[in-house]
Amino acid sequence: MIISAAARAPVTPATAPPAKSQIAFSHVTLDLGGKTIVEDVSLDVRQGEFLCIIGASGCGKTTALRLAAGLYQPTSGDVTFDGALMRAPRRDVAIVFQDYGKALLPWRTAAGNVSLALETIGMPAAQRPARIDELLKKVGLPNHADKYPAEMSGGMQQRLQIARCLAQEPKALLMDEPFGALDAMTRQGLQDEVLELVAASGATVIFVTHDLEEAIYLGDRVIGLLPHPGRIGIELSIDLPRPRDQLTTREQPEFLRLRRELFDFIKASEA
Amino acid sequence: MRRERWKAAALPVALLVGLEVWARASGIQSDALAPPSAIAVALVQAFADGSIIGATRDTLASAFAGLLVGGAVGLSLGIALGIFKPFDRLMEVTIESLRPIPSIALLPIALIALGFGYRMEIVIVAFACVWPILILSRAAVRSIEPRLIEVSRALKLSPGDRVRKIIIPAALPRIFLAFRLAAGIALIVAVTVEIAINPIGLGAGIMTAQQALRPDLMLAYLLWIGLIGYALNTGLMLAQKHLFGPAALAGDGR
Repeated sequence: MIISAAARAPVTPATAPPAKSQIAFSHVTLDLGGKTIVEDVSLDVRQGEFLCIIGASGCGKTTALRLAAGLYQPTSGDVTFDGALMRAPRRDVAIVFQDYGKALLPWRTAAGNVSLALETIGMPAAQRPARIDELLKKVGLPNHADKYPAEMSGGMQQRLQIARCLAQEPKALLMDEPFGALDAMTRQGLQDEVLELVAASGATVIFVTHDLEEAIYLGDRVIGLLPHPGRIGIELSIDLPRPRDQLTTREQPEFLRLRRELFDFIKASEA
Repeated sequence: MRRERWKAAALPVALLVGLEVWARASGIQSDALAPPSAIAVALVQAFADGSIIGATRDTLASAFAGLLVGGAVGLSLGIALGIFKPFDRLMEVTIESLRPIPSIALLPIALIALGFGYRMEIVIVAFACVWPILILSRAAVRSIEPRLIEVSRALKLSPGDRVRKIIIPAALPRIFLAFRLAAGIALIVAVTVEIAINPIGLGAGIMTAQQALRPDLMLAYLLWIGLIGYALNTGLMLAQKHLFGPAALAGDGR
Protein backbone atom coordinates (compact mmCIF):
# COMPACT_ATOMS: atom_id res chain seq x y z
CA MET A 1 0.00 0.00 0.00
CA ILE A 2 2.68 2.45 1.07
CA ILE A 3 4.98 1.29 -1.71
CA SER A 4 2.40 1.80 -4.42
CA ALA A 5 1.59 5.25 -3.10
CA ALA A 6 5.26 6.20 -3.14
CA ALA A 7 5.70 4.86 -6.65
CA ARG A 8 2.81 6.91 -7.91
CA ALA A 9 3.74 10.03 -6.00
CA PRO A 10 6.22 11.57 -8.45
CA VAL A 11 3.71 11.35 -11.29
CA THR A 12 0.95 13.15 -9.43
CA PRO A 13 2.28 16.73 -9.67
CA ALA A 14 2.26 16.70 -13.47
CA THR A 15 -1.21 15.25 -13.82
CA ALA A 16 -2.82 17.26 -11.03
CA PRO A 17 -0.63 20.31 -10.40
CA PRO A 18 -1.13 21.90 -7.00
CA ALA A 19 -2.35 25.46 -7.20
CA LYS A 20 0.75 26.90 -5.52
CA SER A 21 2.48 29.47 -7.72
CA GLN A 22 6.21 28.89 -8.15
CA ILE A 23 7.40 31.34 -10.79
CA ALA A 24 5.61 34.67 -10.75
CA PHE A 25 5.95 37.68 -13.07
CA SER A 26 4.33 40.79 -11.67
CA HIS A 27 4.01 43.72 -14.11
CA VAL A 28 7.41 42.95 -15.60
CA THR A 29 8.84 45.41 -18.11
CA LEU A 30 12.31 45.15 -19.64
CA ASP A 31 14.07 47.83 -21.68
CA LEU A 32 17.25 46.90 -23.49
CA GLY A 33 19.21 49.49 -25.46
CA GLY A 34 16.40 52.04 -25.29
CA LYS A 35 13.85 49.60 -26.65
CA THR A 36 11.07 47.98 -24.69
CA ILE A 37 11.39 44.25 -25.22
CA VAL A 38 8.80 43.00 -22.73
CA GLU A 39 6.01 45.20 -21.41
CA ASP A 40 3.87 44.74 -18.32
CA VAL A 41 3.82 40.95 -18.28
CA SER A 42 2.09 39.34 -15.33
CA LEU A 43 2.14 35.60 -15.15
CA ASP A 44 1.93 32.81 -12.59
CA VAL A 45 3.39 29.38 -13.20
CA ARG A 46 2.15 26.76 -10.78
CA GLN A 47 4.47 24.24 -9.24
CA GLY A 48 4.71 21.21 -11.51
CA GLU A 49 3.01 23.00 -14.40
CA PHE A 50 4.22 22.65 -18.00
CA LEU A 51 3.87 26.11 -19.53
CA CYS A 52 4.63 26.71 -23.19
CA ILE A 53 5.33 30.16 -24.60
CA ILE A 54 4.82 30.76 -28.31
CA GLY A 55 4.95 33.82 -30.50
CA ALA A 56 6.24 35.23 -33.76
CA SER A 57 10.00 35.73 -33.92
CA GLY A 58 11.15 38.82 -32.06
CA CYS A 59 8.16 38.81 -29.71
CA GLY A 60 10.33 38.53 -26.60
CA LYS A 61 9.64 34.92 -25.69
CA THR A 62 13.32 34.09 -25.18
CA THR A 63 13.69 37.32 -23.21
CA ALA A 64 10.79 36.30 -20.97
CA LEU A 65 12.53 32.99 -20.33
CA ARG A 66 15.79 34.74 -19.50
CA LEU A 67 13.93 36.96 -17.05
CA ALA A 68 12.53 33.85 -15.40
CA ALA A 69 16.06 32.45 -15.26
CA GLY A 70 17.51 35.52 -13.58
CA LEU A 71 19.85 36.14 -16.51
CA TYR A 72 18.11 39.49 -17.08
CA GLN A 73 16.78 41.83 -14.42
CA PRO A 74 13.46 43.56 -15.14
CA THR A 75 13.49 47.34 -15.61
CA SER A 76 10.32 47.47 -13.54
CA GLY A 77 8.16 44.85 -11.88
CA ASP A 78 9.28 41.69 -10.12
CA VAL A 79 10.11 38.12 -11.01
CA THR A 80 9.89 35.79 -8.07
CA PHE A 81 10.63 32.13 -7.54
CA ASP A 82 8.97 30.44 -4.57
CA GLY A 83 8.33 33.92 -3.26
CA ALA A 84 11.97 35.06 -3.47
CA LEU A 85 13.10 37.72 -5.94
CA MET A 86 15.17 36.38 -8.87
CA ARG A 87 18.22 38.61 -8.63
CA ALA A 88 20.56 36.07 -10.21
CA PRO A 89 20.30 32.54 -11.62
CA ARG A 90 19.60 29.82 -9.05
CA ARG A 91 20.98 26.30 -8.99
CA ASP A 92 17.52 24.79 -8.59
CA VAL A 93 16.39 26.49 -11.81
CA ALA A 94 18.06 24.81 -14.78
CA ILE A 95 18.27 26.36 -18.24
CA VAL A 96 18.33 24.29 -21.42
CA PHE A 97 19.74 26.51 -24.16
CA GLN A 98 18.73 26.20 -27.78
CA ASP A 99 22.28 26.15 -29.11
CA TYR A 100 23.42 22.97 -27.39
CA GLY A 101 26.66 23.00 -29.41
CA LYS A 102 27.74 26.20 -27.68
CA ALA A 103 26.39 25.39 -24.24
CA LEU A 104 28.44 22.20 -23.78
CA LEU A 105 32.11 22.27 -22.84
CA PRO A 106 33.86 20.90 -25.94
CA TRP A 107 36.95 19.86 -23.96
CA ARG A 108 34.97 17.66 -21.59
CA THR A 109 33.43 14.28 -22.41
CA ALA A 110 29.72 13.63 -21.94
CA ALA A 111 30.47 12.38 -18.43
CA GLY A 112 32.63 15.44 -17.76
CA ASN A 113 29.89 17.80 -18.86
CA VAL A 114 27.40 16.21 -16.49
CA SER A 115 30.07 16.20 -13.81
CA LEU A 116 30.38 20.00 -14.06
CA ALA A 117 26.91 20.39 -12.58
CA LEU A 118 27.60 17.76 -9.91
CA GLU A 119 30.84 19.53 -8.97
CA THR A 120 29.01 22.82 -8.49
CA ILE A 121 26.40 21.30 -6.20
CA GLY A 122 29.30 19.94 -4.17
CA MET A 123 28.82 16.21 -4.70
CA PRO A 124 31.90 14.27 -3.49
CA ALA A 125 34.02 12.89 -6.35
CA ALA A 126 33.46 9.30 -5.22
CA GLN A 127 29.70 9.54 -5.71
CA ARG A 128 29.80 11.26 -9.10
CA PRO A 129 30.42 8.32 -11.48
CA ALA A 130 27.34 6.42 -10.33
CA ARG A 131 25.16 9.53 -10.56
CA ILE A 132 26.58 10.36 -14.03
CA ASP A 133 25.79 6.85 -15.26
CA GLU A 134 22.30 7.14 -13.90
CA LEU A 135 21.68 10.53 -15.54
CA LEU A 136 23.11 9.53 -18.92
CA LYS A 137 20.95 6.42 -18.85
CA LYS A 138 17.93 8.54 -18.05
CA VAL A 139 18.38 10.67 -21.17
CA GLY A 140 19.18 7.65 -23.36
CA LEU A 141 22.95 8.06 -23.63
CA PRO A 142 24.13 5.11 -21.53
CA ASN A 143 27.07 4.12 -23.74
CA HIS A 144 28.35 7.55 -24.67
CA ALA A 145 29.98 8.69 -21.42
CA ASP A 146 33.45 8.91 -22.97
CA LYS A 147 32.43 10.73 -26.13
CA TYR A 148 33.14 14.39 -26.69
CA PRO A 149 30.25 16.64 -27.76
CA ALA A 150 31.82 17.03 -31.21
CA GLU A 151 31.49 13.27 -31.68
CA MET A 152 27.75 13.32 -30.98
CA SER A 153 24.74 14.17 -33.14
CA GLY A 154 22.61 17.23 -32.42
CA GLY A 155 19.95 15.18 -30.71
CA MET A 156 22.53 13.48 -28.52
CA GLN A 157 24.11 16.80 -27.61
CA GLN A 158 20.75 18.20 -26.57
CA ARG A 159 20.09 15.07 -24.48
CA LEU A 160 23.45 15.63 -22.84
CA GLN A 161 22.57 19.22 -22.02
CA ILE A 162 19.30 18.01 -20.50
CA ALA A 163 21.23 15.45 -18.44
CA ARG A 164 23.48 18.23 -17.14
CA CYS A 165 20.41 20.26 -16.18
CA LEU A 166 18.85 17.27 -14.41
CA ALA A 167 22.09 16.86 -12.48
CA GLN A 168 21.30 20.17 -10.78
CA GLU A 169 18.17 18.47 -9.40
CA PRO A 170 16.14 21.47 -10.51
CA LYS A 171 12.75 22.49 -9.18
CA ALA A 172 12.16 24.19 -12.51
CA LEU A 173 13.42 23.64 -16.05
CA LEU A 174 13.53 26.59 -18.42
CA MET A 175 13.83 25.42 -22.02
CA ASP A 176 14.55 27.85 -24.85
CA GLU A 177 13.46 26.30 -28.16
CA PRO A 178 15.44 23.21 -27.20
CA PHE A 179 14.43 21.14 -30.21
CA GLY A 180 14.29 23.94 -32.77
CA ALA A 181 17.40 22.81 -34.61
CA LEU A 182 16.60 19.10 -34.66
CA ASP A 183 14.92 17.03 -37.37
CA ALA A 184 11.27 16.06 -36.98
CA MET A 185 11.79 12.45 -35.88
CA THR A 186 14.44 13.29 -33.29
CA ARG A 187 12.26 16.12 -32.04
CA GLN A 188 9.24 13.90 -31.46
CA GLY A 189 11.35 11.35 -29.62
CA LEU A 190 12.79 14.04 -27.37
CA GLN A 191 9.36 15.57 -26.73
CA ASP A 192 8.16 12.28 -25.29
CA GLU A 193 11.34 11.85 -23.28
CA VAL A 194 11.04 15.32 -21.79
CA LEU A 195 7.43 14.62 -20.82
CA GLU A 196 8.49 11.43 -19.10
CA LEU A 197 11.43 13.06 -17.31
CA VAL A 198 9.29 15.94 -16.14
CA ALA A 199 6.49 13.64 -14.99
CA ALA A 200 9.03 11.62 -13.02
CA SER A 201 10.71 14.62 -11.38
CA GLY A 202 7.65 16.81 -10.87
CA ALA A 203 9.64 19.85 -12.04
CA THR A 204 7.96 23.02 -13.24
CA VAL A 205 8.70 23.74 -16.91
CA ILE A 206 8.65 26.87 -19.01
CA PHE A 207 9.14 25.81 -22.60
CA VAL A 208 9.67 28.39 -25.34
CA THR A 209 8.98 27.24 -28.89
CA HIS A 210 7.87 28.57 -32.25
CA ASP A 211 6.25 25.23 -33.09
CA LEU A 212 2.54 25.53 -32.24
CA GLU A 213 1.89 21.78 -32.31
CA GLU A 214 4.85 21.17 -30.03
CA ALA A 215 3.46 23.70 -27.55
CA ILE A 216 0.01 22.08 -27.50
CA TYR A 217 1.44 18.57 -27.38
CA LEU A 218 3.67 19.29 -24.40
CA GLY A 219 1.91 21.92 -22.35
CA ASP A 220 -0.65 22.19 -19.60
CA ARG A 221 -1.06 25.78 -20.72
CA VAL A 222 0.10 27.79 -23.73
CA ILE A 223 0.75 31.51 -23.67
CA GLY A 224 1.09 33.45 -26.91
CA LEU A 225 3.07 36.70 -26.95
CA LEU A 226 2.40 39.70 -29.16
CA PRO A 227 5.48 41.46 -30.57
CA HIS A 228 6.80 45.05 -30.26
CA PRO A 229 6.81 45.16 -27.31
CA GLY A 230 6.34 41.63 -26.02
CA ARG A 231 3.10 41.18 -24.07
CA ILE A 232 0.67 38.39 -23.42
CA GLY A 233 -1.89 38.11 -26.22
CA ILE A 234 -3.52 34.76 -25.66
CA GLU A 235 -3.68 32.15 -22.94
CA LEU A 236 -5.03 28.68 -23.57
CA SER A 237 -5.43 25.89 -21.11
CA ILE A 238 -4.66 22.51 -22.65
CA ASP A 239 -6.89 19.80 -21.26
CA LEU A 240 -5.73 16.95 -23.47
CA PRO A 241 -5.37 13.70 -21.52
CA ARG A 242 -1.94 12.51 -20.38
CA PRO A 243 0.13 10.52 -21.13
CA ARG A 244 0.14 12.03 -24.57
CA ASP A 245 0.78 10.11 -27.73
CA GLN A 246 2.38 11.39 -30.88
CA LEU A 247 -0.34 9.89 -33.07
CA THR A 248 -3.60 9.85 -31.14
CA THR A 249 -3.13 13.12 -29.23
CA ARG A 250 -2.37 14.99 -32.42
CA GLU A 251 -5.50 13.54 -34.06
CA GLN A 252 -7.93 14.66 -31.38
CA PRO A 253 -10.48 17.33 -32.40
CA GLU A 254 -9.51 19.36 -29.34
CA PHE A 255 -5.86 19.34 -30.47
CA LEU A 256 -6.87 20.53 -33.93
CA ARG A 257 -9.11 23.22 -32.50
CA LEU A 258 -6.32 24.55 -30.28
CA ARG A 259 -3.92 24.47 -33.20
CA ARG A 260 -6.38 26.48 -35.28
CA GLU A 261 -6.80 29.03 -32.52
CA LEU A 262 -3.05 29.52 -32.03
CA PHE A 263 -2.46 29.62 -35.76
CA ASP A 264 -5.02 32.41 -36.14
CA PHE A 265 -3.44 34.24 -33.23
CA ILE A 266 0.05 34.11 -34.74
CA LYS A 267 -1.24 35.16 -38.13
CA ALA A 268 -3.07 38.13 -36.64
CA SER A 269 -0.03 39.11 -34.55
CA GLU A 270 2.22 39.16 -37.60
CA ALA A 271 -0.23 41.23 -39.67
CA MET B 1 55.61 13.27 -48.10
CA ARG B 2 59.20 12.11 -47.82
CA ARG B 3 59.93 13.16 -51.38
CA GLU B 4 58.52 16.63 -50.55
CA ARG B 5 60.91 16.87 -47.61
CA TRP B 6 63.84 16.05 -49.85
CA LYS B 7 62.74 18.73 -52.28
CA ALA B 8 62.67 21.25 -49.44
CA ALA B 9 66.17 20.21 -48.38
CA ALA B 10 67.59 20.36 -51.91
CA LEU B 11 68.13 24.13 -51.99
CA PRO B 12 70.05 24.50 -48.70
CA VAL B 13 72.20 21.45 -49.50
CA ALA B 14 73.02 22.79 -52.96
CA LEU B 15 73.89 26.18 -51.45
CA LEU B 16 76.20 24.59 -48.87
CA VAL B 17 77.98 22.52 -51.51
CA GLY B 18 78.31 25.58 -53.75
CA LEU B 19 79.66 27.66 -50.89
CA GLU B 20 82.19 24.97 -49.99
CA VAL B 21 83.39 24.65 -53.59
CA TRP B 22 83.62 28.41 -54.02
CA ALA B 23 85.48 28.90 -50.71
CA ARG B 24 88.04 26.24 -51.59
CA ALA B 25 88.45 27.35 -55.19
CA SER B 26 88.99 31.00 -54.30
CA GLY B 27 91.03 30.21 -51.18
CA ILE B 28 89.45 33.08 -49.26
CA GLN B 29 90.95 34.58 -46.13
CA SER B 30 88.08 36.30 -44.31
CA ASP B 31 87.17 37.37 -40.78
CA ALA B 32 83.46 37.06 -41.58
CA LEU B 33 83.11 33.95 -43.72
CA ALA B 34 84.36 30.37 -43.54
CA PRO B 35 83.80 27.27 -45.68
CA PRO B 36 80.95 25.04 -44.42
CA SER B 37 83.35 22.22 -43.64
CA ALA B 38 85.38 24.46 -41.32
CA ILE B 39 82.16 25.57 -39.60
CA ALA B 40 81.18 21.93 -39.06
CA VAL B 41 84.60 21.14 -37.63
CA ALA B 42 84.43 24.15 -35.29
CA LEU B 43 80.97 23.07 -34.12
CA VAL B 44 82.17 19.55 -33.35
CA GLN B 45 85.21 20.94 -31.51
CA ALA B 46 83.03 23.31 -29.47
CA PHE B 47 80.93 20.31 -28.46
CA ALA B 48 84.02 18.26 -27.68
CA ASP B 49 85.50 20.85 -25.31
CA GLY B 50 82.06 21.44 -23.75
CA SER B 51 82.09 25.21 -24.29
CA ILE B 52 78.98 25.29 -26.51
CA ILE B 53 77.11 22.96 -24.16
CA GLY B 54 77.65 25.25 -21.19
CA ALA B 55 76.73 28.28 -23.29
CA THR B 56 73.54 26.56 -24.49
CA ARG B 57 72.60 25.76 -20.91
CA ASP B 58 73.11 29.39 -19.83
CA THR B 59 71.10 30.80 -22.69
CA LEU B 60 68.23 28.34 -22.44
CA ALA B 61 68.08 28.65 -18.65
CA SER B 62 67.79 32.44 -18.90
CA ALA B 63 65.33 32.28 -21.80
CA PHE B 64 63.04 29.75 -20.11
CA ALA B 65 63.20 31.40 -16.71
CA GLY B 66 62.32 34.71 -18.36
CA LEU B 67 59.56 33.05 -20.36
CA LEU B 68 58.09 31.51 -17.21
CA VAL B 69 58.20 34.74 -15.21
CA GLY B 70 56.94 36.88 -18.06
CA GLY B 71 54.38 34.26 -19.02
CA ALA B 72 53.00 34.00 -15.50
CA VAL B 73 52.70 37.79 -15.19
CA GLY B 74 51.28 38.20 -18.70
CA LEU B 75 48.82 35.35 -18.35
CA SER B 76 47.40 36.39 -15.00
CA LEU B 77 47.15 40.03 -16.08
CA GLY B 78 45.71 39.04 -19.46
CA ILE B 79 43.02 36.87 -17.90
CA ALA B 80 42.16 39.50 -15.30
CA LEU B 81 41.95 42.22 -17.97
CA GLY B 82 39.86 39.96 -20.17
CA ILE B 83 37.37 39.27 -17.39
CA PHE B 84 37.09 42.68 -15.71
CA LYS B 85 36.36 45.43 -18.21
CA PRO B 86 36.80 48.24 -15.61
CA PHE B 87 40.25 46.90 -14.68
CA ASP B 88 41.12 46.85 -18.38
CA ARG B 89 40.15 50.49 -18.80
CA LEU B 90 42.07 51.39 -15.65
CA MET B 91 45.24 49.73 -16.94
CA GLU B 92 44.95 50.72 -20.59
CA VAL B 93 47.19 53.80 -20.55
CA THR B 94 49.77 52.16 -18.33
CA ILE B 95 50.01 49.10 -20.53
CA GLU B 96 50.00 50.94 -23.82
CA SER B 97 52.78 53.24 -22.67
CA LEU B 98 54.98 50.44 -21.32
CA ARG B 99 54.42 48.02 -24.17
CA PRO B 100 56.23 49.93 -26.95
CA ILE B 101 59.47 50.14 -24.92
CA PRO B 102 61.95 47.84 -26.67
CA SER B 103 62.96 45.32 -24.05
CA ILE B 104 66.60 45.74 -24.94
CA ALA B 105 66.38 49.44 -24.02
CA LEU B 106 66.00 48.30 -20.40
CA LEU B 107 69.52 46.89 -20.58
CA PRO B 108 71.35 49.88 -19.02
CA ILE B 109 68.88 50.10 -16.12
CA ALA B 110 68.85 46.36 -15.56
CA LEU B 111 72.64 46.28 -15.64
CA ILE B 112 72.95 49.03 -13.00
CA ALA B 113 70.28 47.45 -10.82
CA LEU B 114 71.24 43.79 -11.13
CA GLY B 115 74.74 43.57 -12.58
CA PHE B 116 75.93 40.96 -15.06
CA GLY B 117 74.57 37.43 -15.01
CA TYR B 118 71.36 35.46 -15.13
CA ARG B 119 69.14 37.76 -13.12
CA MET B 120 69.51 40.77 -15.38
CA GLU B 121 68.99 38.66 -18.50
CA ILE B 122 65.91 36.94 -17.04
CA VAL B 123 64.31 40.29 -16.17
CA ILE B 124 64.76 41.60 -19.71
CA VAL B 125 63.49 38.39 -21.30
CA ALA B 126 60.51 38.42 -18.94
CA PHE B 127 59.68 42.01 -19.88
CA ALA B 128 59.74 41.06 -23.56
CA CYS B 129 57.53 38.00 -22.98
CA VAL B 130 54.86 39.70 -20.86
CA TRP B 131 53.31 41.66 -23.73
CA PRO B 132 52.51 39.08 -26.38
CA ILE B 133 51.13 36.74 -23.74
CA LEU B 134 49.14 39.49 -22.05
CA ILE B 135 47.62 40.77 -25.29
CA LEU B 136 46.85 37.34 -26.70
CA SER B 137 45.46 35.82 -23.50
CA ARG B 138 43.27 38.89 -23.00
CA ALA B 139 41.95 38.45 -26.53
CA ALA B 140 41.51 34.72 -25.93
CA VAL B 141 39.43 35.33 -22.82
CA ARG B 142 37.34 37.97 -24.58
CA SER B 143 36.55 35.63 -27.46
CA ILE B 144 35.18 32.83 -25.29
CA GLU B 145 31.72 31.74 -26.39
CA PRO B 146 29.34 33.95 -24.35
CA ARG B 147 26.97 31.00 -23.96
CA LEU B 148 29.63 29.20 -21.89
CA ILE B 149 29.83 32.18 -19.55
CA GLU B 150 26.05 32.04 -19.22
CA VAL B 151 26.22 28.34 -18.45
CA SER B 152 28.67 29.12 -15.67
CA ARG B 153 26.28 31.80 -14.38
CA ALA B 154 23.32 29.42 -14.58
CA LEU B 155 25.26 26.79 -12.62
CA LYS B 156 26.42 29.48 -10.18
CA LEU B 157 30.08 28.58 -10.45
CA SER B 158 32.28 30.41 -7.97
CA PRO B 159 34.65 32.97 -9.54
CA GLY B 160 37.60 30.63 -9.01
CA ASP B 161 35.78 27.69 -10.59
CA ARG B 162 34.66 29.89 -13.46
CA VAL B 163 38.28 30.76 -14.27
CA ARG B 164 39.57 27.24 -13.67
CA LYS B 165 36.82 25.17 -15.26
CA ILE B 166 35.51 27.42 -18.03
CA ILE B 167 37.74 30.35 -18.93
CA ILE B 168 41.19 28.79 -18.91
CA PRO B 169 40.23 25.55 -20.72
CA ALA B 170 38.24 27.51 -23.30
CA ALA B 171 41.11 29.92 -23.92
CA LEU B 172 43.88 27.34 -23.61
CA PRO B 173 44.56 26.63 -27.30
CA ARG B 174 45.08 30.33 -27.98
CA ILE B 175 47.05 30.82 -24.78
CA PHE B 176 49.39 28.02 -25.85
CA LEU B 177 49.86 29.74 -29.20
CA ALA B 178 50.86 32.88 -27.28
CA PHE B 179 53.43 30.85 -25.34
CA ARG B 180 54.86 29.50 -28.57
CA LEU B 181 55.30 33.00 -29.95
CA ALA B 182 56.79 34.17 -26.65
CA ALA B 183 59.25 31.25 -26.57
CA GLY B 184 60.70 32.44 -29.88
CA ILE B 185 60.93 35.99 -28.54
CA ALA B 186 62.59 34.74 -25.33
CA LEU B 187 65.39 33.06 -27.28
CA ILE B 188 65.95 36.11 -29.48
CA VAL B 189 66.06 38.52 -26.54
CA ALA B 190 68.32 36.26 -24.45
CA VAL B 191 70.89 35.99 -27.26
CA THR B 192 70.63 39.73 -27.94
CA VAL B 193 71.34 40.59 -24.30
CA GLU B 194 74.34 38.24 -24.37
CA ILE B 195 75.70 39.75 -27.57
CA ALA B 196 75.20 43.28 -26.29
CA ILE B 197 76.69 42.97 -22.84
CA ASN B 198 76.12 39.85 -20.75
CA PRO B 199 79.21 37.62 -20.71
CA ILE B 200 77.33 34.30 -20.60
CA GLY B 201 75.63 32.00 -23.06
CA LEU B 202 75.59 31.58 -26.82
CA GLY B 203 75.55 35.31 -27.59
CA ALA B 204 78.72 35.83 -25.58
CA GLY B 205 80.18 32.80 -27.38
CA ILE B 206 79.62 34.48 -30.73
CA MET B 207 81.26 37.68 -29.50
CA THR B 208 84.28 35.80 -28.14
CA ALA B 209 84.74 33.94 -31.42
CA GLN B 210 84.45 37.19 -33.36
CA GLN B 211 87.07 38.90 -31.21
CA ALA B 212 89.34 35.88 -31.56
CA LEU B 213 89.00 36.25 -35.35
CA ARG B 214 87.44 32.79 -35.61
CA PRO B 215 84.72 33.14 -38.30
CA ASP B 216 84.31 29.35 -38.39
CA LEU B 217 83.45 29.18 -34.68
CA MET B 218 81.28 32.32 -34.89
CA LEU B 219 79.25 30.83 -37.71
CA ALA B 220 79.11 27.50 -35.87
CA TYR B 221 77.41 29.29 -32.95
CA LEU B 222 75.06 31.01 -35.35
CA LEU B 223 74.12 27.70 -36.96
CA TRP B 224 73.59 26.13 -33.54
CA ILE B 225 71.31 28.97 -32.39
CA GLY B 226 69.27 28.49 -35.55
CA LEU B 227 68.97 24.78 -34.84
CA ILE B 228 67.87 25.42 -31.26
CA GLY B 229 65.21 27.87 -32.41
CA TYR B 230 63.98 25.42 -35.00
CA ALA B 231 63.87 22.55 -32.49
CA LEU B 232 62.05 24.73 -29.95
CA ASN B 233 59.34 25.73 -32.40
CA THR B 234 58.95 22.20 -33.78
CA GLY B 235 58.71 20.76 -30.28
CA LEU B 236 56.09 23.28 -29.21
CA MET B 237 54.12 22.77 -32.43
CA LEU B 238 54.10 19.03 -31.86
CA ALA B 239 52.97 19.57 -28.28
CA GLN B 240 50.24 21.93 -29.48
CA LYS B 241 49.04 19.46 -32.08
CA HIS B 242 49.13 16.64 -29.57
CA LEU B 243 47.33 18.60 -26.86
CA PHE B 244 44.68 20.41 -28.84
CA GLY B 245 44.33 18.47 -32.08
CA PRO B 246 44.74 19.75 -35.62
CA ALA B 247 42.00 22.36 -35.10
CA ALA B 248 44.32 24.39 -32.88
CA LEU B 249 46.79 24.81 -35.74
CA ALA B 250 44.17 26.06 -38.20
CA GLY B 251 44.83 29.58 -39.36
CA ASP B 252 48.38 29.29 -38.12
CA GLY B 253 50.01 29.51 -41.52
CA ARG B 254 50.71 25.78 -41.72
